[in-house]
Amino acid sequence: MSDMASTACFVIVSKNDIPIYDAEVGSAPKKEDQAYQHQFILHAALDVVQDLAWATSAMFLKSVDRFNDLVVSVYVTAGHTRFMLLHDSRSEDGIKSFFQEVHELYIKIFLNPLYLPGSRITSSHFNTKVRALARKYL
Amino acid sequence: MPPLTTPKSGDALFASVERVQNAELFTLTYGAIVRQLLTDLEEVEEVNKQLDQMGYNIGTRLVDEFLAKSNVSNCADFKETADTIAKLGFKMFLGVTATVTNWDAEGTTCSFVLEDNPLVDFVELPDTCQGLQYCNVLSGVIRGALEMVSMKTEVTWVRDMLRGDDAYEMRVKLTKQVPEEYPYKDDD
Repeated sequence: MSDMASTACFVIVSKNDIPIYDAEVGSAPKKEDQAYQHQFILHAALDVVQDLAWATSAMFLKSVDRFNDLVVSVYVTAGHTRFMLLHDSRSEDGIKSFFQEVHELYIKIFLNPLYLPGSRITSSHFNTKVRALARKYL
Repeated sequence: MPPLTTPKSGDALFASVERVQNAELFTLTYGAIVRQLLTDLEEVEEVNKQLDQMGYNIGTRLVDEFLAKSNVSNCADFKETADTIAKLGFKMFLGVTATVTNWDAEGTTCSFVLEDNPLVDFVELPDTCQGLQYCNVLSGVIRGALEMVSMKTEVTWVRDMLRGDDAYEMRVKLTKQVPEEYPYKDDD
C-alpha cells in the first residue's frame, strides 16, 4: 500500500479555551486556506467535547465530530486541557498512542518552573518531538 | 586523645544524610524560588545577584555541616580542597560528583564540571530570561563555604547546559587566603 497523503491538524486547548499549541502534522502539502478551515472545525468541535468530557471517566474520547471526510478525535487530561486532532480516518490505536506520548511531553513542559500554565508553548524541542511522533503514529 | 575516625567516602556520606525528601520536590522547590524571584525582581541581573547571595548564605552554614559529617582532615592546599568539594561535598548534598579540571599554572584557579545537575531537571529557559544564570546559587554556596574556611574566591560560570552547552562548568579562582586571626588581642 503506498503512503497516502494525510491531512492532520493538532491543537492543544487549555482549560480556559485558549489554544496554547497548534501544528499541521499531516504529510500532505500544506495549503494556507485549509489550515484556517481546520482550526475552525476544531474550534466548533469544542462544544461537543465539553459535554462528552463530563460523561465519561476515560481520557481518550475517540472521535467526537465529523466534517465531510475529516474526523475530530479528542484526548482530555486531568487538568481539563484538551488535545484535539483533526484527521482523515486513521487507526484509532495509533491516535491513542500519539495522544499518550504527547501527554508525557506536555507534563514535562508543565514541570518547567519558568513556564506559565495557560501560556503558549514555544519550546522548539516540544515542536520537533510532536512532529516526530505524528510521523510515527499517524 | 582518641584517634580521628577515617574520612568517610562520598557514597557513605550520601547514604547517611537523612533522605526524607524526594529529589523532584527539591528540584520543583528550587524552580519555584527562581520563578518567584523573577516575578518579584523582574530584572534578570538582579535575580542572578539574589541567587548568588542566597547561595552565599547557604554556603556559610553548609560548610559546618559538611565538616561535621565527613570527618575530613585539614586540606594541605587548594588542590586538595577542590577535590574534596567535588567528590565529597557535591556528592553529599546534591548526589552527583563533579570533576575538577583546567588547573592553571599557579594552582589557584580550577574548573568544576558537572555532567548532570538535579537543580535543572525539566527546565528550559524561555526567550524572556536569556541572561538568567539558573544555577547561580551553586556558585554562591562554594564562595560562602570557602570564605568560612578563610579562602576568598571568585566563581564564574563558563558552560551552562540551559544555554546549549554539553555540561555545567564553573571556574573557581582563589583570590586571597586569609590567615586565621585571634578574635582577642594578646596584650589586653
